[in-house]
Parts: sequence; structure tokens; C-alpha cells
Amino acid sequence: MENNDIIKVENQVYKKPSLLKEVHMHYCPGCSHGVVHKLVAEVIEELGLAEKAIGVSPVGCAVFAYNYIDIDWLEAAHGRATAMATAVKRLMPDKLVFTYQGDGDFAAIGTCESIHSCNRGESIAIIFINNAIYGMTGGQMAPTTLLGQKTATCPYGRRADLNGYPLSITPLLAQLDGTRYVTRQSVHTAANVRKTKAAIKKAFLNSMEGKGTSVVEVVSTCNTGWKLSPEKANQWMVENMFEKYPLGDLKDNDAKKD
Amino acid sequence: MAKIRGAVTVNTVRCKGCNLCVVACPCDVLALQSKEVNDRGYHYAYMAQPDKCIGCQSCALVCPDACIEVYRKVEQ
Repeated sequence: MENNDIIKVENQVYKKPSLLKEVHMHYCPGCSHGVVHKLVAEVIEELGLAEKAIGVSPVGCAVFAYNYIDIDWLEAAHGRATAMATAVKRLMPDKLVFTYQGDGDFAAIGTCESIHSCNRGESIAIIFINNAIYGMTGGQMAPTTLLGQKTATCPYGRRADLNGYPLSITPLLAQLDGTRYVTRQSVHTAANVRKTKAAIKKAFLNSMEGKGTSVVEVVSTCNTGWKLSPEKANQWMVENMFEKYPLGDLKDNDAKKD
Repeated sequence: MAKIRGAVTVNTVRCKGCNLCVVACPCDVLALQSKEVNDRGYHYAYMAQPDKCIGCQSCALVCPDACIEVYRKVEQ
């Protein structure tokens, strides 16, 4: 059987989601953002919520998310995406409202808004990309940077006595009564991509049903900031990041009832 | 015995040659072009050993730029 016999529309099992626009994404080769964008587009398409979805894009590498996924978007001030999403969801409770934030946006400058909107139990979905570095500005140390990790602003590695300890914000949010679903996933293998997709779907459904805040943390790579190849960055993430940021569900209120 | 045969198409314009699909492929089907580049100068991925493809979608799932489309057919 030749390839041309297989490449036919009726045999197609995977294609680019139609909500993902044709424009060239500005992300570096191998960036985890691209995979998560694809998953967001796939999930919205599968749920048939393209007309109801409103995303709030952050400041950071994902600032241009509104150029890539064909739904309604707002662009928030740095760190204030969850505050803006709160307003949108309260004004339009029948919409799917989600934020898409990096660790510099969500866990650094926006920590106050992040914690309080989760504590208020706003029915929004939060997608939190944690790559342990400020990627867009050139790889500076972030609150989530691991101890010993070298960045542009801590070239000899992060030291606890000088720079403090890495911030793992998702377990903090899991303690709050307002959160419904808190999980930590990654997208470095096909199996993990499928799990992340399921998590995003669940978070979006929670938002539509008004069940409270859902947080999906995606432990990601920033191969340019880490100065590694995409493949090596994935390995580095598995070896170093998962110790501080272990994968799995941290809180799922729906699971307890079953 | 029926055998599952797969094939992928790569959007060579979008591909950034990040090599993640090559690593993800369990059957060593994909490779990056060694000399050819696309408009942006990236060595894009292609099916180096098309006979081995089983259409498992691993490459497409990990592709950050959604360049890969997967086809699968059961060979009688």
C-alpha cells in the first residue's frame, strides 16, 4: 500500500483544529505554549463553544494568544487576567471564561488577583503555564525558578539565602474553598498531552456549569530561556521540575462525591 | 492478519524543525530534512521511513505548531 492510498480524507484521524488560525505562531521551536494553544482550540471545538468562549490573554509570551485561536479575547494588564475574567463571567454568566497565563503573570505580579479570584470561587478556568523562568523578557529568574537553576539574573544558580525559595502556587490554591478543580499536568509526551486535554475539558465544563474556579497548571519548558534543545529541555523538565512540581490532581471536588 | 498502516503529512511551511515529533515517534518514522529548509530556514520534518508508520498520532499530539495530520487505514 502506497502512502497516497492512506492519505485520504476518510482515513484522517488527526488534524489541526479549525479554531487554530493559519498564521505562523511567534513561539520558539519546541515551545510548550503551542501544544497548549492547540489543546485549548481542540477542546473548545469539541464542546462546540466557539461562540461562547471568551479568553483573557496575559502579558508574557502568550500575549498574542488572541492572534492564534479564533474566539473572543481580551488582553489584561500584567497579572490582572483573573480580575478581568471575574468581571466578564459576572456580567455574562452563560459564557465560557478562561484565562491563559504564564508563571510571571499568574504567580509573580498577579499573585494577589490569582489567589483572591480563586478564593472568591469565580467560575472561571485558569490555564497556568509554569516554565520556571521569565521567558519573554529573556530568561530572568521568576518566583517559580528552581533552587540552583541558572538564569540571566542568577547566573550562578538560584540561592535560597539570597533569592528565597521557589513558589509552588497551585497547592496553595487547592487549599482555598473557592476552587473546584486544581490539577498539575505537562505536555512533554503524547500520554501527558491527552491527560492535559482531559483536564482542560473538565475545567471548561466547570466554568460553563458555574461550579467554581478550576486551575490547570501545565509544567512547561522554555528551551530558549533554559538554553537547551527542545528535546533536552523536556528531559531537564522531567529530571528537575517534577521533583518540585509533581504531576497529578491536587483537588477535585467532583471526585469526592462519587 | 489485518495490519494497520499509517501515514502523516507535515505542513512544511508551519514546521519549525523542533525535533519533538522525531523523538515522540515510537517507530522511528520521522526525521528532519538534513539539507532542505522551508521559507523560514527551518529543517522541517518528513517521513523518512513511511513503511513503518502505524498512525498512532504521537507525533501530532506533541507537535507545538499543529503541523502534522495523521491518516490510518487497515490493510486487508
